[in-house]
Amino acid sequence: MSEFSLEIGTDEIAIVKWDLPNKTLNVLTLKGIEELENIVDELLSTKKVKGVVITSGKKDFAAGMDLNVLADLQANTMNQKNEKIFEFIIRVHKLLRKIEHGGMNEKTKKNGIPFVWANPGLSAGIGTEIGLACHHRIVAEGNRSKVGLPEILVGLFPGAGGATRVSRMVGLMTSAPILMEGKMFSPKNAKNAGLIDEITSSDDLINDAKNWIINATDEVMIKPWDRKGYKMPGGSPYHPNGFMTFVGASAMISSRTKNVYPAAKYLLSAIYEGALTDFDTALRIEARWFTKILTEKSTSNMIRTLFINKNAIEKGLRRPKKSQENKLENIGVVGAGMMGAGITHSAALNGINVTLIDKDLESVNLGISRISQILETGVKRGKLSGEKKQEILNRINPSTNYNDLCKTDLVIEAVFENPEIKNVVLREISNHADEKTIIASNTSTLPITDLANSIPDQESFLGIHFFSPVDKMNLVEIIKGKRTSESTIALAFDFVRQIRKTPIIVNDARNFYANRCIIPYINEGMIMVKEGVPPQVIENAALQLGMPLGPLQLIDEVSIELAISIADQTKKALGNNLEDNGISNVLSLMEKNKRFGRKVGAGFYEYNERGKRVCLWQELKTHFPHRKDQPNFSEVKSRLALIQCLEAVRALESKVLVDIREGDLGAILGWGCMPWAGGPFSWMDLKGSQWIAKECEQLSNKYGTRFQAGNLLQNLAKSNEKFYEKYATTLK
Amino acid sequence: MKDAMIFDAVRSPRGKGKKDGSLHELTSVYLSAEILKGIRDKNQLETNLLEDVIWGNVTQVGEQGGCLARSAVLKAGFDQTTPGLSINRFCASGLEAVNLAANQVKAGAGLAYIAGGVEMMSRVPMGSDGAAIAVDPSLAMNTHFVPQGISADIISSLYGFSRDDVDAYAVESQRRAHLAWQENRFSKSVIRVKDQNGIEILSKDENIRPETSMQSLGSLKPSFKDMGETMPGFDGVAIQKYPNLEKIEHIHHAGNSSGIVDGAAAVLIADQDFGKISSIKPRAKIVSTAKVGTDPTIMLTGPIPAARKALETAKMQISDIDVFEVNEAFASVVLRFIQAYNLDPNKVNVNGGAIAMGHPLGATGAMILGTALDELERSDKNIALITLCVASGMGIATIIERI
Repeated sequence: MSEFSLEIGTDEIAIVKWDLPNKTLNVLTLKGIEELENIVDELLSTKKVKGVVITSGKKDFAAGMDLNVLADLQANTMNQKNEKIFEFIIRVHKLLRKIEHGGMNEKTKKNGIPFVWANPGLSAGIGTEIGLACHHRIVAEGNRSKVGLPEILVGLFPGAGGATRVSRMVGLMTSAPILMEGKMFSPKNAKNAGLIDEITSSDDLINDAKNWIINATDEVMIKPWDRKGYKMPGGSPYHPNGFMTFVGASAMISSRTKNVYPAAKYLLSAIYEGALTDFDTALRIEARWFTKILTEKSTSNMIRTLFINKNAIEKGLRRPKKSQENKLENIGVVGAGMMGAGITHSAALNGINVTLIDKDLESVNLGISRISQILETGVKRGKLSGEKKQEILNRINPSTNYNDLCKTDLVIEAVFENPEIKNVVLREISNHADEKTIIASNTSTLPITDLANSIPDQESFLGIHFFSPVDKMNLVEIIKGKRTSESTIALAFDFVRQIRKTPIIVNDARNFYANRCIIPYINEGMIMVKEGVPPQVIENAALQLGMPLGPLQLIDEVSIELAISIADQTKKALGNNLEDNGISNVLSLMEKNKRFGRKVGAGFYEYNERGKRVCLWQELKTHFPHRKDQPNFSEVKSRLALIQCLEAVRALESKVLVDIREGDLGAILGWGCMPWAGGPFSWMDLKGSQWIAKECEQLSNKYGTRFQAGNLLQNLAKSNEKFYEKYATTLK
Repeated sequence: MKDAMIFDAVRSPRGKGKKDGSLHELTSVYLSAEILKGIRDKNQLETNLLEDVIWGNVTQVGEQGGCLARSAVLKAGFDQTTPGLSINRFCASGLEAVNLAANQVKAGAGLAYIAGGVEMMSRVPMGSDGAAIAVDPSLAMNTHFVPQGISADIISSLYGFSRDDVDAYAVESQRRAHLAWQENRFSKSVIRVKDQNGIEILSKDENIRPETSMQSLGSLKPSFKDMGETMPGFDGVAIQKYPNLEKIEHIHHAGNSSGIVDGAAAVLIADQDFGKISSIKPRAKIVSTAKVGTDPTIMLTGPIPAARKALETAKMQISDIDVFEVNEAFASVVLRFIQAYNLDPNKVNVNGGAIAMGHPLGATGAMILGTALDELERSDKNIALITLCVASGMGIATIIERI
């Protein structure tokens, strides 16, 4: 079956329709490229048609390139790999440039065949780049209609002419949100940004395209950059106006990406170097930089974790296979605090009825008003209609009566993180809910198997750990207690997917997977404060690793009390086996000075009256003076990276974490752990197991056993293997 | 090895680098030629004896392009056998011209040179020649490029200079420059600039503001705060290189940075024998020269290693130096130099510097070499060290000794 079809009507206009068999969305495959090449060649050589409309047989135009094509190119170990990737990109460029020329006479620039891009809905990546090569772009109005080039978000950039065409169409400044932020635009905004020419109704899409062709002159077919005297809008790099824009762009990207994401850097180089040459040379330059980004290991890691593995995990890679799919209609949430309200919001937003219970109406209403607030923000941003908001709120049944939990498929406990309180609540739930109802705790640290003791039917109990703020954080840890059944896990998985979040399934242990890794990270920050490493060095090291927040800022965000209570709980559970290393000194100093974090406007940082972070707390250094012999900056970075990664490895070794692909995805979605590298395991693979083992040895000699590499890692180093070679199969 | 002797050093007065600056109406080649003629006439030079004219000039585009050195030689009416070489090592250009000439003389490659430079900043704007290090992303991001003002603020943040420190330094520069002019200390070397009719256009540095005080400087806004902290955010770039800084304090402004001016300077450098042939006496000897590369982000700390290198070559100690000329690109550059060598501030930039009188990029190096020589003679001292910080992370130094 073909992916592109050609139809020529009596009006002598060709309709090229893209319709990838057996898929809901078009993506460009190798076969698709070949088919499109053949069609374009045929149309341009016979010149029998007046014009060509490129459109889609589906609701949308395209989601972009088939990432598997790119992943295959990257994974290939063939000879002259770089040359072959480059040739492949050039081939795509040639195809699009052919469309752009439309077979016109090279000298007279006449007698060409115009191409119109008629996009019925969404178009991203290469889909949009095909459009950019056409002579006129029309998008059908509609809620799902979006146009953009989001490649940068997976560590790539628009390398099929997108970088060169967009920057030459609108100039560097205007191209920033399109190319460097990868924004998707509504038809109206796309038109304002200069990406498209016309908006029409779905019904008129093809007719409008044909009409444009009928009226098209030779003149409208010539792109600005193919005309004499073309000047880049906003100025080229050495034009007085363009100069500062280009200088600023480097600084902005470097500042924002901390120089760990190469994609934006290469993109800007492609634009800069391209802007100094003619268009065809610019395309070659773009292809060279795109080859470089494709062959960058960190990029393939990013694609692997954030696309290929994420899709597979969401489709049920680790979901118990035997259980049939559940569709939840009613759930209960007990506890209307931040977390409970957040979970309720996410469920109601996705069509599930929620009974929200708390001890008194006041508390429940507080939760409801929180939800209402989140929804209102959506309304203000135009993402949600007022009606829709009400519809969502109507799905929530506020209650103080546990009897209302009957006829629910799932009840999630989200009360205060205290085992005694949780046990009481869980008992109440199991007393009132149906026998079939699955019960879950949204604990972030407490072992599920212990909590299960409050429930008679321990098989239908598990942990579903949401991250805060729930409406923004997409990761959910599903925790399998000792006695949790497979069908219980399956239901929880289906629920998480129903509310469009990403589930990873882990086994039970204190702190599960994510918090198990985050806690040592914030602890290491405090240990270094105690040692006398300047706090700004600690924070800058973390940021330069590509962490979203330094450990001290992270503590401020989650509050010192939470850090103290976690430390207390852990101490209670582990007793004397716990390494303290001065963490308690730092915590008690903060407590004594009432510096509880951002919410009170004082923590490791100072905050102004509007709650904005101003600077680090200067007095910290009088309590923990900076040591004379400061460690190397690279050592500080190593400590902060390895303390998380080693814990992830321990989670794997102790079988809390079952699959490193979930480990990488969970780390990125859960606490933003080095997305540029593809997550902690991918980062270790980038560094190499031997380097990791050596670094661990040095750090553990200097700073203690917490840096010791376990057997798993040492064996890996002995055979110089990678995690992804030994512990994961490549997915498609 | 021969000795490279300084026979004379002259300069133009410095005109404000704006439309209303007195030198603005003159072309770059005209002012260059005036200074070349000035040093020729003052010393009654036979220009056919000159091996080369080496001319420092930073922004080599338009009227400053096309090997301005040779154009200036011809415009000055030198013998056509005298060639010309335009060079660019940013702010070091003028002194680099001197060093190149000196080292060629030492090696026996030619008898006599005129070295110097020109910059008409009011006519050919700084930066208008482009610069890959600033604009090319593959370079700018990897080298953590920031504009010089940010670099000056990194220096003050790292080495603990406050806004008061840099402002006080600027006030002192103005005071010293004003005093120097009142006492006619530059009279030996300043050549009055005249038009084609002999009508005088400028005879004094016109950028000095003797009325400058801590109060008047206090009202000036830091120049690099917005571009550092907000758009496009150069501080974030700098901190990647200097992670022990939490924040960069922006304290430099127009009043404690070098002034933008027009000007030119020339130095006659030759072998001892040249003096005998031309019946003129050398005033000083070029003892040693040095150039270095340093971190391009902090960019402006090059004078410290450059001075060390020049001292080592000369087998001298820092204490052997009587007079220092450290170009006042920004106040923190000089303060850091003084701090690094623990110098007596009264030995450094005795007659003020570029903060008061201005910094005509390509000419300054040759200009302050002349200032140092005049000061050695005035105060009857022997040894001077001249040094400048240089864009993209370089430094230059020259040690001279009276004879």
